[in-house]
Amino acid sequence: MPDRIADPWGSRTPYGPPAAVERFAAALPGRLRDILPGDLGRRSPWPVRVDTFLAEGVTEDDVDAWVPSASILHSNGDAMDIAVSGGRIVGVRGRAADRVNHGRLGPKDLYGWQANNSPDRLTRPLIRGRGGELAETDWDTAMDLIVTRSKALLDGPGGWGNFAFYTSGQLLLEEYYTLGVIGKAGIGTPHMDGNTRLCTATAAAALKLSFGTDGQPGSYTDVDHCDAIALWGHNAAETQTVLWARMLDRRRGPRPPAMIVVDPRETPVAREADVHLAVRPGTNMALMNALLHVLIGEGRYDERYVRSRTTGFEELRRTVADCTPRWAAEICDVPASRIEQAVEILGSCDRLLSTVLQGFYQSHQATAAACQVNNIHLLRGMIGRPGAGVLQMNGQPTAQNTREAGADGDLPGLRNWDNPEHIRQLAELWNVEPSVIPHWAPPTHAMQIFRYAEQGSVKLLWISATNPAVSLPDLARIRRTLAKEDLFVVVQDIFPTETAQLADVVLPAATWGEKRGTFTNADRTVHLSEKAVDPPGQARSDLDIFLDYARRMDFRDKDGAPLIKWHDPESAFEAWKACSAGRPCDYTGITYGMLRRGGVQWPCTPGSPRGTERLYAGGRFNTDPDYCETYGHDLLTGAGRTEEQYRAGEPRGRAFLHAAPYQPPPETAGGDHPMLLTTGRTVYHFHTRTKTGRAAQLNAAAPDPWVELSPGDASALGVAEGDVVRVESPRGALEARARVCGTRPGVVFVPFHYGYWDRDGSGPGDGTPRAANELTATGWDPVSKQPYYKISAVRVSKAADAGGTLSSAPTTGAASPHDPRVPVTAGGPQAEAREWIEADGHAERADRSGPWEGPGAAGERPWTRSRSETSERSQATRWFEED
Amino acid sequence: MHLAHYLGLLHRSQNELAGAFCEVGRAHADEPDIHHVCERLAAQCTEHVRLLDPFVRRYSEEAVDEPERLHSALFSGTRSGPIGLLRDLHDLYLMAAECDMAWTLIGQAAQGARDTGLLEVVGRCEGETATQMEWLSSRMKQAAPQALVVA
Repeated sequence: MPDRIADPWGSRTPYGPPAAVERFAAALPGRLRDILPGDLGRRSPWPVRVDTFLAEGVTEDDVDAWVPSASILHSNGDAMDIAVSGGRIVGVRGRAADRVNHGRLGPKDLYGWQANNSPDRLTRPLIRGRGGELAETDWDTAMDLIVTRSKALLDGPGGWGNFAFYTSGQLLLEEYYTLGVIGKAGIGTPHMDGNTRLCTATAAAALKLSFGTDGQPGSYTDVDHCDAIALWGHNAAETQTVLWARMLDRRRGPRPPAMIVVDPRETPVAREADVHLAVRPGTNMALMNALLHVLIGEGRYDERYVRSRTTGFEELRRTVADCTPRWAAEICDVPASRIEQAVEILGSCDRLLSTVLQGFYQSHQATAAACQVNNIHLLRGMIGRPGAGVLQMNGQPTAQNTREAGADGDLPGLRNWDNPEHIRQLAELWNVEPSVIPHWAPPTHAMQIFRYAEQGSVKLLWISATNPAVSLPDLARIRRTLAKEDLFVVVQDIFPTETAQLADVVLPAATWGEKRGTFTNADRTVHLSEKAVDPPGQARSDLDIFLDYARRMDFRDKDGAPLIKWHDPESAFEAWKACSAGRPCDYTGITYGMLRRGGVQWPCTPGSPRGTERLYAGGRFNTDPDYCETYGHDLLTGAGRTEEQYRAGEPRGRAFLHAAPYQPPPETAGGDHPMLLTTGRTVYHFHTRTKTGRAAQLNAAAPDPWVELSPGDASALGVAEGDVVRVESPRGALEARARVCGTRPGVVFVPFHYGYWDRDGSGPGDGTPRAANELTATGWDPVSKQPYYKISAVRVSKAADAGGTLSSAPTTGAASPHDPRVPVTAGGPQAEAREWIEADGHAERADRSGPWEGPGAAGERPWTRSRSETSERSQATRWFEED
Repeated sequence: MHLAHYLGLLHRSQNELAGAFCEVGRAHADEPDIHHVCERLAAQCTEHVRLLDPFVRRYSEEAVDEPERLHSALFSGTRSGPIGLLRDLHDLYLMAAECDMAWTLIGQAAQGARDTGLLEVVGRCEGETATQMEWLSSRMKQAAPQALVVA
């Protein structure tokens, strides 16, 4: 039985690319493809491997029901069934027939559900009493308090400006849409954002700028077809373990894809890749411009595609004209030859898949750099066909829905706030005056919301399903703001988080498995997550909380009818479908019934009922001025372009090649702070550990934060494995044990998950600080407004000897230790999960379709190949050996 | 030939704009976007000044006396708070607008003088000044409702 703590990715099931006929069929437009026999063009050769984990002592015979859902602890959308026994969740099993994971689950999926059953779930509303303590109360009292305050604040001109909503990447589509309508048409405030601002805002910004609207061009099946994969600042092995397993399975099969990664750390991806570009943090743009310089200079681009399907080539050529690999090598501190090796792959492959994540998104020229990835694909005409795709990834499970449903800084249906016709459509749909909907400027981004709260003009801040007291930069400032007397803070959550402890009202929410609704992963696959069990105590679904607030506030449309005309998840979904109609994220062909049979990729209309695998086939982009989501921005300042300027560019369905020169980061190492701090996710934890820290196996695998140092830096600082080190920036300090490992010299890494809830505090108090965001600076990309967590200048010193204790950093991920004495991370008997591999032919279990799988689902087996057709990775097909 | 005076005017205005961007950025350092973008734009203005230097020197040799009241001060120090920020950005906008029109007029003059070198500098810089105005306008439009109606 595999220990999936020890092996986060599970057994290899190697496979090769589909045959050419399959690829040809996959490239056909949806309607043509739908009439092909035998699912031709929709099959994936990736073998099925069904992963299962059940609570100790529970067998499949004890399971009363398998309830379909998908993963809520990362953005991959791994489909799974929740095992229910005696009214409790007792385990999970991957869904074999789902297009995303073919049955696989990652460690967070396998073990994370146990947090639902934690004894410290919030079960009753809390309000702050006269003595300053949070005390239990009933729903009426708590909601009355919020509504009384809301009505007083809303009274008078500009009342809308006193409200702000800070939501999540972990709620469900129906909940976001309801919240979006409450904010935009009920209160009429632009102050609404999600924590998606921290993880995926740049993905949205880059997609809008290059292609006209948000919407992922690629598909996970591009992993099957591609002959090269480039991971731009993306540690997929730790952030999307199942996607990484798919890539590894291709790498171990016949005709494996070449692999390039950009990451300052020696991540599992870097260890696997053919070319690892360990750039100095804050220099992505220099690297990208050099890659483009060579591609253009050597004519390694699709001249016809560029001429007919894009605009902006001349400016791009001019901008990168002097950006030689030698120039970039100096800035990025990587060998010029390594950059040339990367270009060799990028310039010679036939089907390139790119994935992009936080290494690019959380840096200072975030949108500019993410656009350059799009540019590589546009130059090479590698978009919208099998294997040639871009995945501007999301970090969080439902981030895509926050974006498309209008619960962040975007309008519902990926509409353009600056287009009066789009505002008119929403006003008509909601039956309100267009003037009610705030559209005088872009919606207010998260960091600006907190600034208004700090200054006192925002007086009511409603935080749902997120924990800014750990996740935002410069925590001392965030804690000060949340604790302000004149700020009324509502927190809607499932645990007493650091943020909840600073709230005036705490609303206990239901979570995944306790409510019904849909969500969409990073490749546009929509899943339905069913209610498996009742929430604990008086906890309510987030949808019910928002609906209750709307009712009590008595929001009305212009005819006096209730503004919110839905009452449960399915009616909310129907309302959302109407909002999405005719937009890129068209859901009108999707029903809950359909989703019970498996995930579907939007757009899905009655005319294309099986969804759309890839966007922009044939190079037709969403850039028409009447359709696009933005009129564009200047990449260096974020200055908004006007409709006139946009129209003057005559986009005519062509994509934009955006260019920008490299700019040094706002904070560089030197003087008192000679090293650079970068922060990030690790394989066993998600967000601020509220769930993963409460799952025994995940917590035990990485119970405390750590500080990654390169061997050279460690020895210069007199620091050995396990020593306690102090990391200080101009904002604050933290202490944690050192892990000496393969990060690049001069760079320090600290995982961002750890806060203070498991020390019973909202902050460090008198104790030792340990949250990475004590150190980070308040600053953001000018276009996407995503904070830059990856570039803080710090100094590191030794605080105490190890005293015989090693760092508890896991050995499986980037923190793989140099010191051979460090024991390898393992989960032991309590982490033993099951794997069932279809190609092995020795089924442990005959029937893996649960009772919830709809008709036909059990018969939809992905196309599989036998093991004999696969082979070990051939050295000959590796593009380059390490130099 | 009065081109020297207009070049001097732009030269001085760009210098003053650089200084004003620096001052406003420093004064509103609690607004990190203002702080960082202003720093960047100040550097851009300083670069414009550097590019203008040789032309200012060359044309001043042929210059007649400077006309009266050519230059007027548009900036007299920063303010604080949300309204103060709005006013400071508004000042910067007017200063950038003065430069913007000066670039246009000098561009016209450069054509008249058949000075391709100067025309090239105008071509390179006037777009940046226009973008500075766009950024200031975007940022003010975002801030105005909260500063004027809510706060």
